[in-house]
This record gives sequence, structure tokens and C-alpha cells, in this order.
Amino acid sequence: MSRRRKIGNWLLVLGALHGIVLCAGFFAPYNPVEQDRKNPYLPPMRLHFMDSRKHLHLRPFVYPFQLRPGTFDQYVEDTAHSRPLKFLMAGDRYRMLGFLPARLHLFGTDSERIYLLGTDAFGRDQLSRILFGGQVSLLAGLFGAGFTLLIGWCIGAVAGYFGGWRDDVLMRVAELFLALPWLYLLFAIRAFLPLTVNPLQAFFLIVAVIAAVGWARPARLVRGIVLSAKERDYIRAARGFGASNLYLLRRHILPETSSVLLTQAAILIPQYVLAEMTLSFLGLGVPEPVPSWGNLLSNLQQYSVLVSYWWMYLPALAMVPFFLGYLGLASALQERTYPYKIERRSLGSLA
Amino acid sequence: MMRYFLRRLGHAFLLIIGVSLLAFLFTTLAPGNYFDEMRLNPQISPETLVALRAQYQLDRPLPIRYVSWLNSVLHGQMGFSFAHNTPVAPLLLVRAKNTLLLTITATLLAWAIALPLGVWSAERLGQFPDRVISWSTAALLVIPDLALALGLLVLTVRTGWFPTGGMASVDLEKLSSFNKIRDLAMHMALPVAALVLSAIPLLVRHVRAAVAEVLEAPFLLAAKGHGIRRRTLLYRYALRAAANPLVSLFGFSIGALLSGSLLIEVVMSWPGLGPFLLEAILARDVYVVIGGILFSTIFLAAGNFLADMLLYWVDPRIRTESTSQ
Repeated sequence: MSRRRKIGNWLLVLGALHGIVLCAGFFAPYNPVEQDRKNPYLPPMRLHFMDSRKHLHLRPFVYPFQLRPGTFDQYVEDTAHSRPLKFLMAGDRYRMLGFLPARLHLFGTDSERIYLLGTDAFGRDQLSRILFGGQVSLLAGLFGAGFTLLIGWCIGAVAGYFGGWRDDVLMRVAELFLALPWLYLLFAIRAFLPLTVNPLQAFFLIVAVIAAVGWARPARLVRGIVLSAKERDYIRAARGFGASNLYLLRRHILPETSSVLLTQAAILIPQYVLAEMTLSFLGLGVPEPVPSWGNLLSNLQQYSVLVSYWWMYLPALAMVPFFLGYLGLASALQERTYPYKIERRSLGSLA
Repeated sequence: MMRYFLRRLGHAFLLIIGVSLLAFLFTTLAPGNYFDEMRLNPQISPETLVALRAQYQLDRPLPIRYVSWLNSVLHGQMGFSFAHNTPVAPLLLVRAKNTLLLTITATLLAWAIALPLGVWSAERLGQFPDRVISWSTAALLVIPDLALALGLLVLTVRTGWFPTGGMASVDLEKLSSFNKIRDLAMHMALPVAALVLSAIPLLVRHVRAAVAEVLEAPFLLAAKGHGIRRRTLLYRYALRAAANPLVSLFGFSIGALLSGSLLIEVVMSWPGLGPFLLEAILARDVYVVIGGILFSTIFLAAGNFLADMLLYWVDPRIRTESTSQ
């Protein structure tokens, strides 16, 4: 497979995955914060095509749960009633992409609610929460990576282009940031910021913290490229014709950094999604009731949940395909940037 | 030799000073402090709070606080914990010991597994074993450690193979000394497994890449031609020549001994530095946080320093480079 094809394929996979999360309102059957207090910790309902009398149905349906007599958290399927799924039906109101009011859902039922991935302690639909939680987590990762690259780009360009004491100071600070393990640094910075904030503030706080942690590596890479680029003959010629520093940077030097920035983005985004998850998991990130992959998992810190309700672990699996996609993209991009090096020492590549 | 040594030591020292300054800088930027919560308590008068702040020097400017903190570091105290009402250093030492028990075991195990796997994979480059290893490390690589740790936890809780949480059973006192060690090993199994599994893919890939590059060198072909046995060839000749990047990586493993297991300790409730630090962050116990960060930085610097020294010992190129300067 050619390198360009490979990159295109991974981009396609990632595009599809992000599309699903972006249109969470459509794919999720319910509002992620709507509670169903009568049905806490309901296990995932199975999709059936065959009913109890061995009749095949083309339309999938689920059986509702009822408590097993004599227990208070054991459920059995009630095969007397079935709830057929309806596709492309009008349901809860939501805002597509955050602003378009819509009611169309991929699937739903006429009567009672169904829970394909179970419910949490408040009877909220786990599937909807995972989908909407992905929006928060991925957006935090994307914004964080964007800001990091912006900071790293500016610092790297200044250090590389102007050199001298600016270069020395900036690169010493970068080394300091590089030397520290990122999770520790993340903790340290988060430690000294306010603890109780509303979800929106928390989101931007996290983005800022994450972005502040990782700028050093892109800054060093950009610096290296700028250093070699500014000595090229055509740039000296342009300077001789009277080009200003800003013009040279904008027109000739910074465009050369684009491929490194892209590769860095593919590496940083999943790392930052994980950072958001870690912070939220530990209660330092986005607070309830807004779902994020991290705070969905924080339920697992209770032993009883861990023992009895395995479906609360599902949000952890939700991110695996995203990681796969980004890892594949990063390795494909790296192959493009350093074709000779990577062929033999394929470190970041997938098999 | 001496110059190389001293310069590396200077680097490590600068790193520690820089980090401590950075940590202090963030404390002043932070809104609120440990005593803010007490303001809501009607039983504590505002005068008491002012007195408390003065007692802990929270009303003094930053440079003075930094100097007095440095002073307490030199006296082996590293500041004072508000929540525990004792000097920070002894508190951290107890926790750091638990963390090290966990991470040293995990690091040794991970290297012991990764080295032969990586060498084997490099030897059979592109063949079946190599592909199996590559695919399984790729699979481990896409499962983030948070998901891995939680997954192991869910699995263990459902099967009951290993105890979860803490580092000792309730009836530890009653056990014989052999059973005490067994009990500890059982409690360590889960966090160690999580740490090893999250460390292995990267290590295997680095070993594979480094060895594969060396294996193409002519001197190995010559050695092979002399009829040197395969194992000697791989482990004595190839691995030694490929050691340079691996030694740096090993130094990094050493450096991460105190900080790498942070998340896994919290998830598995291992009584190490991780949960302790998280608690301190939530309570705004700033000196404990700074102390914890400093502790891990010292380890990091020590790890880097050790790697530099090892490199000097292993790689003759560096020796000549530093003496010719």
C-alpha cells in the first residue's frame, strides 16, 4: 500500500469515528443527563431477532427486564413483552453539532425506554452517555493539542529564528518540561488551580492545563526545522531583497514545519484525550452531570460497582478504536516524513 | 572522566532547582489555600486563621517562603504538612518505600520479559514470531493504561484470583513470616501486572529496533562466519553493540520509578505516593505536593545521571568523545 493511501485510509477511519461522536445526538437514543430513577444499574439489554417461540423477526427487538423474585438487583428478561426497535424516529430534542435543533434519532422505541449498554446509578442510558462523553473528551484532546502546537510553534519559531539568548532561555525551559513525566506535571499544574468549578470552566481549565504541559517537544522539533531552514540560499536571497523577518517566517520558513506539526498532532491528540480521562477519573476534571469518558469511569472507584456492574467499564473500551486510528495515522505520517529511518526501526508503527 | 561526571551532576542539580522553583511559582498563582475551608467553620475565629497563616508563613512573600523551604529541605524536613501536622519528608519516605517496592519489581520484570522478546523478534525480522510479537505489542499499545488497569481490576474482582486493593490482608499479624511474603506477593500481583503490561510494548519495540539495526553490521556476519554460537552472538555481541539507546531507556525507567505508577496506584489503591499525592492535591496541602514532585524529580535526575554513567561505561565512543574535548 502506498504511503499516501495508508494515510488516507487512517484518516477515513478517524473521520468516521469522529463523525459518530460528533453526531452523538443522532446515534444516542436519549438525553445523556435524563434520569430513570426506577431503573438503576440495569444490565445491557440484548438485541433479539428470534422470539421465545422461535419465530424470526426482521426487526430487532429487546425484552424488558424484571426483577427476579426474591432479589433486589438480579434481572431476568421478561419474554412476555417485547419492545421492537424503531429506526429513524423522532425522540428527545437535542441540538445537532451544538446548535441545530433536531429530534431525529437512529433508533428508539415507542413505549418504554431501552438500554442497550445498561444504565448507571441514576438510570441514565450508558450508550448515550458514552457517545456524548466522547464529545467532551475528544474535544478536550483536540483543543489541547491545538493549543499545545500553537504554543510550541511560536516558541520554537522564536528560538530557532532569532537564536542567541532567546534560544538558550527557551530551550532550557523546554528541557525542564521535557524532563518531567507528563502525568506528574499535569497533576502538579492542576494541583494549584481551583478545585470546584462548573463544567464549562472545568473543560477550559483542563484544556489549558493539558496544553501547558506538552509544548516542549513540538517547540524543539519546530526549532530544529527553522534552524536548518533559515540558512537556505533562497532565504538569504529573499533577505537580500529586503524581506522582513515576519515575511520570511510566514512565507518561507514556517510552511516547512507543517508535516512535523501534523505528525505531532496525531501523537498528541490521543495522549491528551487520555489526560482528560485521567483527570476526570480522579475527580479533577469535568464534573457530573456532564458526561466525559473519564468521569463515566470514575464510578468504578466504588468497589460495589466494580464487583457487580461490569458494563460501567465499557467507556474505557470506547476509546480503543480512536487510539488505534491515531496510532496508525501517526505511524503512516512518520513513514512519510522519515521514509528511510522508519523502514528498519518501526517504533511507532503498527506491526 | 571527572569533567563529564561533574557536568552531568550539574545538569541534574539544575533540573531539581528548576522544578522546585516552578512548583513554588505555581503555588502563588493558585487561588486559595489549606485554611480557606476553615473560614466557613463558625468555631474558628478570623483571628485564629490569621495566626495560623502567620504560623505557616502563608502571609509572607514568595522569595522568603522559598528560602525558608530550602532551609527546611537542608534539614531533611521539606516543609510542613498542614493536614498531617508533621514535617513532609518522613511522610513521603514511608509512601515512597511502598511505591518503590512495586515499581522496582515491575521494572525488573518488564525488562526481563522485553529483552529476550525484542531480541527474538529482531532475529526473526519479518517472520512469524516477529509478526506475532509486533501485533501483540501494537494491541497493548492501543489499550491505554487507565483502561488496562481498570480492566484487570474488573477481571480479578469477578474471578477472585487475586486480592484487590491495599498491600496486606486484614489478618496479616496472624500469618507466619513465609505467608506474610506470600500475602504481599499476592497483593502486588495485580498492580505489577498492570505496570508490566503497559511498559512492555515500548520496551520490546525499542529493543527490536536497536538490535535489528546492529544485526546487519558486517562484524556480526564475520562473527557468524567464525562459527560463534547463536546465543552468544545475539546476547554478547549484538545486544552489547545495540546498548546505547537501550541504556538511555533503562535510565528513563529508573527515573520513572517514583512517578510512573501514579495512576495505577490510585486505581488499585496501593498505599504509595500516588494516592497520597492526590489526597494532598485535593486538600491543598501544598508542601506535600511540592515535596512529592521534588521527590520524583530527584529520582528522575538520578535516573538520567545513572544512564549517563552507564553509557560512559558501556559505549567506548562516548569515552573517547569526552576525553578528546
